[in-house]
This record gives sequence, C-alpha cells and structure tokens, in this order.
Amino acid sequence: MANGRKIRILVAKPGLDGHDRGARVVARAFRDAGFEVIYTGCHQTPEQIVSTALQEDVDLIGLSILSGAHRYSFPRIMELLRENNAADIAVVGGGIFPLEDIPMLKECGIKEIFEPGAKLGDIIEWVGKNISAHGDAAPLSS
Amino acid sequence: MGKQNLSESALDRIEKEHAEWLEEYRKAQKKVPERLSRFSTVSDLEVKQLYTPLDIRDKDFSEEIGFPGKYPYTRGVQSTMYRARHWTMRMFAGLGNADDTNQRFHYLISHGETGLSTAFDFPTLMGYDTCSPLARGECGKCGVAIDTLEDMGRLFANINLEEVTTSMTINPPASVMWAMYIANAEKQGYSRKKLGGTIQNDCLKEFIAQKTLMLPPVPSLRLVTDTVEFGTREVPRWNTISISGYHIREAGATAVQELAFTIHDGITYVEEAMKRGLKVDDFACRLSFFWNSHIDFFEEIAKMRASRRIWARLMKERFGAKDPRSMLMRFHTQTAGCSLTAQEPYNNVVRTTMEGLAAVLGGTQSLHTNSLDEVYMIPSEQAALIALRTQQIIAEETGVTNVIDPLGGSYFIEALTDKMEEEAMAYIRKIDELGGMVAAIERDYPQMEIADAAFHFQRQIEAGEKTVIGVNKYVSERPDLEFVLKIDDEIERNQIERTERFKQNRDKAGFQKAMDALRRRCEGAACWENNVMPALVDAVRAGATEQECCDLYREVFGTYTDPGTF
Amino acid sequence: MDIIQQIVAGDVRTIARVLRDIDDELPSSREVLQRLYPHTGKAHVIGFTGSPGVGKSSLVDQVATHYRKDSKTVGILAVDPTSPFTGGAILGDRIRMQRHFLDPGVFIRSLATRGQFGGLTRSTNDMVNVLDAAGKDVVLVETVGVGQDEVEVANSAHTTVLVMIPGMGDDIQAIKAGIMEIGNIFVVNKADREGSRKTVRELMNLIEIGVRRRNGEEWEPRIIETEAVKGRGIDKLYETIEQHKAYLLATGSQRWREAVEKRTRLQLLGVLKDLAFRAALERIEARGDSIDEMVRRIVDRQSDPYSVARQILEK
Repeated sequence: MANGRKIRILVAKPGLDGHDRGARVVARAFRDAGFEVIYTGCHQTPEQIVSTALQEDVDLIGLSILSGAHRYSFPRIMELLRENNAADIAVVGGGIFPLEDIPMLKECGIKEIFEPGAKLGDIIEWVGKNISAHGDAAPLSS
Repeated sequence: MGKQNLSESALDRIEKEHAEWLEEYRKAQKKVPERLSRFSTVSDLEVKQLYTPLDIRDKDFSEEIGFPGKYPYTRGVQSTMYRARHWTMRMFAGLGNADDTNQRFHYLISHGETGLSTAFDFPTLMGYDTCSPLARGECGKCGVAIDTLEDMGRLFANINLEEVTTSMTINPPASVMWAMYIANAEKQGYSRKKLGGTIQNDCLKEFIAQKTLMLPPVPSLRLVTDTVEFGTREVPRWNTISISGYHIREAGATAVQELAFTIHDGITYVEEAMKRGLKVDDFACRLSFFWNSHIDFFEEIAKMRASRRIWARLMKERFGAKDPRSMLMRFHTQTAGCSLTAQEPYNNVVRTTMEGLAAVLGGTQSLHTNSLDEVYMIPSEQAALIALRTQQIIAEETGVTNVIDPLGGSYFIEALTDKMEEEAMAYIRKIDELGGMVAAIERDYPQMEIADAAFHFQRQIEAGEKTVIGVNKYVSERPDLEFVLKIDDEIERNQIERTERFKQNRDKAGFQKAMDALRRRCEGAACWENNVMPALVDAVRAGATEQECCDLYREVFGTYTDPGTF
Repeated sequence: MDIIQQIVAGDVRTIARVLRDIDDELPSSREVLQRLYPHTGKAHVIGFTGSPGVGKSSLVDQVATHYRKDSKTVGILAVDPTSPFTGGAILGDRIRMQRHFLDPGVFIRSLATRGQFGGLTRSTNDMVNVLDAAGKDVVLVETVGVGQDEVEVANSAHTTVLVMIPGMGDDIQAIKAGIMEIGNIFVVNKADREGSRKTVRELMNLIEIGVRRRNGEEWEPRIIETEAVKGRGIDKLYETIEQHKAYLLATGSQRWREAVEKRTRLQLLGVLKDLAFRAALERIEARGDSIDEMVRRIVDRQSDPYSVARQILEK
C-alpha cells in the first residue's frame, strides 16, 4: 500500500580499518527505527560507496571511519556525489575526528558529525528531523 | 566434608550464619533499598551481594587452585612470578614512517620500557604498499608504514635485536613482515636462532572481530601453520602466534566470549600444526595469548586466572601434551581501548590504571597501558610516557607485586574464576558441535554472538543501566586536548617516492626468480618442502615489497570478504 | 530527455529512482511502467532461491562475473526480509558482489520484502521490467525461498535456480511439495562440506518424482555442485543456465513463449490483484470506513468477513 516513501540509508565504511562495531550497532538501530539499511561491509573506496548510493537511491549515507583517513575519503565522496549529480544525497560521519578537522569536513558538505558518545536515539532523531524521503526523493513523473 | 578441608560442622555453622545474615540484609533492604535492581559485571554477568566458603565448598585446592608454576597454573605460569622479574613493559608504538617510529622506540626504551611492540598502519596491515590507490590517506596514520626491507632496517636502526624482544601486531601479512624482520636481522649480523619476539599472526580472530581480511580461512590457516613449522625449526625463541582475545573484546564481546572464542582459535591452531605432523610438545610452548583488560576489575582477574586453567587442561587432556611448558598460557595484556572516553580524556589515566592493575593481579607476562589520548589518535609522546609511568608505578611503588596471586583464595574471585571457566567451556563445546572454529566462522556464529553483545551493551548505556562517566553520567563536552599527535600528509608522498625508488633499484632478474620460487611453494601442497617462509626471506632480500608478496598470496589463494550478516 | 528515454539509455539515477517509486508504490510509477512496457521482453530473467545462508549472493556474484566475461550486461535484484517488528531491514547481499560496484555493466539493487499484502511478486517483476527496458541482457533475481511470495518470484523467472547446501535433508523433505517443481537447475553449494553427495542423491530421487509429475516437459532438471566462494562449479552452472535458455529458445518449439506466458500471467494477476485491492481500499476510505473498524465489527459478531467484503465490492 502506498504508505509514502521509506527512508533508505547506506551505512558504509571507507578506508582500510575493520572496526565495524559502531557501523553494525548503528545499522541495527536504523533497522529498528524502521529504515531500510544497505550495508556494504568494511574497506570500501569512495568510488564504491558512491556507486552503491546511486544504484540504491538512498536518502542518506552514514560513513563510519576510525583510521584517520577521513581527510582524504570524506571530501572525495562529496566530490564524486557532485560529479554524479547526486549532491541531494545527505552524508553524515561517525567515528573519531580531531576537533580541528571538523570544520573542514562540514565545509566539504558533510551534514553532521557524530562523535564518540553520540546516542543511537540522538542519531535516529537527527535522521527523523533532517532526512525526508518525501522532500528529497521526488517521484518521477513523465 | 567440603574439599576445602572445612569440616561438615564448620560448613553447617557457616550455612546457618549465612542464612541469618541474609535475613538481616533483606530487612535492611526494606529500609534502604539496593541501588540497582540487578548487579552485574560489565559483561552483564550477574553477581551476588556476598561470597563465602559455601561458594567454593566443593573446590579441591590442589586440583583447582594450587601453586604458581604448577598445574593447572591458575595462580601463574612461573613459580616466582613478579618477585623475580616484573612483566615486560611493552608499549604498542608506530607512527608515520620508519624513522619516526624508530625515534619513538628509542624514546620509550630510554624511559624504561623493556620490550618493543610495533603498530603498523592500515595499508601495511592489509597487505598494501603505500603506493596502492586503496591506501590513499592512510599512510602512517594508525601506525608505521613498512613496504620494504629497507623500511624494516630503518625501523630497527641502532637496536640490538638479540637483546630486545619485538612484538609485531600484524595478521594476514604476518609471514611477510616476519621474513623482513629475519632478513633485516641477519643483514645486521644477528642470528635467527637468537631472535626473540612475537608476530600476532592470528588470522581467525580477524574473521571473528577485527576484519583485517585478506585470504579465505583455509589458506590463512595454512600460512599460519607454515610460520609455526618454520619457527619450530629455525627461530626457536620466537612466539609464532599471539592468539588474541583483545580485538574480539573490543568488537563488543563479553569476557566469557573473549575467553571462549580465543581459546577455540588456539585449539584450531594446535590441531592444524598437529595435522602438519608437528608434535604438540615441539611447538605448543611457542604459542602465546593476548587478553584485553577491561574496566570490570574482578571479572578481568577471574578471566585471566580461568584462561590459564582452561588452557592447561585442554593441552594436557585434549592434546596429550606431556611437557609442562606446552600447558602454559603465557599472555600479553592491553588495557581496553573501548573503555576510554573522548569526553574528559584525563579520566582515561584512571581507567587505564585500574585495568593495568587487574592485568597484573591476573598474572600477565607483558603489558601495554593505553595512553589517555589513544581514544583520538595513536599516542603522543607525552601521553605515552604517562602510560608507561603508570605501569612502573604499579610495579615499583604500590607493593602489589610482593605477593604472588594475592587474590587467590578470595571466595568471590575463586567463584568467579569457576564461573568463567564453566561458561567458556559451554561455548567451546558449542563450537565443537558446529564442527570447529572455521565452520563456526563460516556460519557467522561468533560474529553474531559478538554483534548481539555489542548491541546489548549500547542499549544498556543508553538506558543508564551501565555507567560511563562523562558519557551517560556527569556528562561533559569533549575538550580540545593539548597534545594530539598529527601525522603530516607529506609523509605519504615521501613514502610513495621511497618505495618506487626501491623497486627501481632492485635487480629485476633476481627479484623475478625469487617471486617464482615463492609462487611454486604457495601453489604446492602444504608441507615443509613448500613452507613459504624460506622463500619469503629470499624474496624480501631480493627486493619484493610487502604488497607484491601479498598480491601473490591473493592470486594463488583468493580473497575473502566479511559475510556481514546481522 | 524524457524519463523513458533516460531509462532506456541506462541513466543510473533515473533507473534507481523509478525502482524506488515502484518499491514505494507511488501511483506515478504505474504510468512509467506502462510506457516502458514496449521496451521490455529482451532480458533473460534468472531466479535464484533457497534458504538463508546457502550462499545465493555469492552464486549470483559469480554468475554475473561469467556474463560480464561474455560482454553481457547484468541487472541484479537481491531481496532480503523486512523485520516484521519494526518494518526496517538490513540489506547486506551486496557485500558479496563488491567486485561489480564499479562496473557500469552491472546494476545491483537491494530490496526488502516489506511484507505488504503479497505485493512482492508484483513489485519485483515491475523492477525486472525496468532493468529489462534499461537494456540489461540478463536480470538475476535473488530471493529467500521461504514464503509463498518468494517462491512465486522465483517461479516467474525464465530459468529458476534452486540453491541448497549439504545436510539439508529435512529441508528438502519439507519443501519438496511446493518448491521442487519449479527448479530448472538445482545447486548444491558449499559442496566441500560433508554430505554433499548424499544431498545430490536425495535430490535425484525427488526430481525423478517431479519429472513424472510434470509429464510432457522434456527439460530434465540438472543438479550441480558448487563452491561459490572459491568459484568452483560456476562454469558448469553458467553453461547449464545457457543450455536451459537454448532449450527454451529451440527453433520450432513454443517453450520460450510458454515461459513468457507464465511470467506474463503471474504479472497480470499481480497487477490485477494490486489494482483491485487498491480500488477496494479507496472505496472503504470513501465511505469513511477502515479495515480496523471492519475487523472490530466482525470480532463483535455484528458482521462476518464474507458480507463485509461483498458489500465493499458491490458498493
């Protein structure tokens, strides 16, 4: 039945670290909040992440990284989204970031950074407030 | 009569007094209720309000507790323990390039560190050179970038490799790094027979928890067994596997899961080596372990005590080991990175102190104490020094090292040690039923158990059932810490240049010949004649980079991705 | 460019969005599908079904690789269950298909069952049509073969591959009644495990019964042992799938047409059921009533399901 749009979220781990505890916990919490979560596992390149986001038509990409390579991978993902005419897909980051890197990440288009201690409830609330599948994912009409 | 040698009448009296006390406790509880509806460890193992001789009435002192250095080693692996020598103070270090890390090694040694421990960056851990496109942005960030034999030489410059023992935390490419270590040491004139140290080389826990994935489980085990075989014959002082619970715990496992999954990994390695034709007493003494020391003080001590007893019994009863050295669970410990908080980071010193103390009371052989800034980044020099000093204070000021296993005989500790053993053995039997650890991993069994535990813990934190100061109680903002280490992006460019130059300068024909020889061994059936180690040592001498060896592995053995089920 | 042209030209974002519209059951998607229909009918649709954990995703990944080597373009629809408690889902099948992420010749879409009034068959088939119209030479549909819906999805493919693993004797017994008949190809994956030969033998026995039941059909179901993660047995599976296609397409035979008719029939019934049900719901709404309200009346014995349903349709 037409219950309106279902929010679809890509949970992705760029970089080479395998610390997937956070990504997995958040993916479960998203599922329990009623979202559809696409999970691609660890060690994804920016190119793979963006390609997945496009094919899966997600509303949000949640990036989890703990390796310190965010200074490369986050801006690269934003650049690829723009190149593919998909700047409407929102991107958030979770993990550990030096405080001085956060302004740079926001500047390149990352909507929100969730730092250690962020509660699942807060993250879900943020998605509820800021991500609207109705608004961003306009239906196609011919 | 209880086995504790208390007479029936004494036990009856304790029972009666216990009942009376419990009555009083309940009455008092009506006036002032208990703080919590349920008291449990950080792993959510429920604990009672009081433990008495009744809890260990069936315990046979000689069979279960006994003496340090005596079977079943509950109280420690050496008879003298810390009265003769403290544990090895081994700080995990690696940053930027080989020179930066070498400088850190010398700094730590000059401040009293007694063993080296190398942290590699992620490309190195995954078997990629810095030049790989997959390595962009990672070089030197979480450890040191080592691509070539030349890098290895600079990493250990001016360090006597026959005097110091070196631990290298690396897994799928462990054989390659070890070959570089041996080749470098021999180039410096040291003998491989005298080299001491450890490669982590524990591929199974990568599938279970840490996800540094390269090859499928079966060929991964073959390579591990090659190193065990080679070590037994050629590098007799080397610990060829550090069977690690640390990462399993960090991924969210409970203490019991950490204990059980790690020990079952150990069982698998022993079985594989025996299948290769090695005798258990020839290699078992070179297997070492690696525990996490988490924030729940008594639980950790009980876990470590139980681990020694379980391993000794398994080695004796399951594998028929005769040599007592085969039965010893010798282990390194690291305090729990996942217990540290980004909020009020100075509190991390306190957490690490408690966790370090638990490791010492649990009888560890070596210890890394986390730095207070490790929650953000690999440690700065200042923070690493405080962490090292923490160990030194525990060792030399507090007096806790004066008496061996000082908590042995505590009703609570002994009961908790029993509980740990009992629950871990239940898991071990379950994994046996599934057909062993590889089969269990293929079914995602340990992975799912851990994911469930991690999710449960996060729920408990958010519900306030478990407390983390600064995070869900006395909440505070994350401050800007004054000394967070910065890794210059310039390091990546320089490292790429250096590796490219190294490859251009090697003898092409000699390199190709060595790689062909390595390939033939990889493709051949697993046996001593096809052991990869001798060929690897030749290959890295002939200029093979880490990735070139690992790419060959990937070509011959295939790759593996995490099933990622939920 | 017009949407239809964009889809036919293979524009990823447009295809992805129209798949989303279908999944979200937007009425506008019906018009798009209608206009897209003339562009469909070229793709070979291959269904993969079997219990969770038998390795369907790895097989799909491997088979897709073979098609790519043959320079054929591939669409993949991977269906995972929706949580009945929360309505959410974690879709992880892509993990095993990573090598295709950067290949423009492969389009992968993860799909949750959503469990809405048996709409899975319809929406999946609609999505197959989109990928077909987008020019994919083959469309691989992966479903968990547990519910009637999923079986139907598999059944509506031209070629159906039923996947199992050794030691599933009980499962075979349990599913033989429904699902065995629909398999054109049976795969015993993870064939390195103990009991593989036994499972193959059990299957052979069951298939003989099936063949007799099916009488008249000449295709004899094949059993193939594979180890998907190592790529073993995939050549054989690929060949067999192609043989099945050739069998359907054999000159002078009506088999391809029959397979297409079977597919079309299921599709038409799906659309019909869906539209009829929607119309019924609209009527209920129009008269200010609701399903919940009707349920209450029936439970209170003021009415019965038969009368209520008839009243809605009769208006």
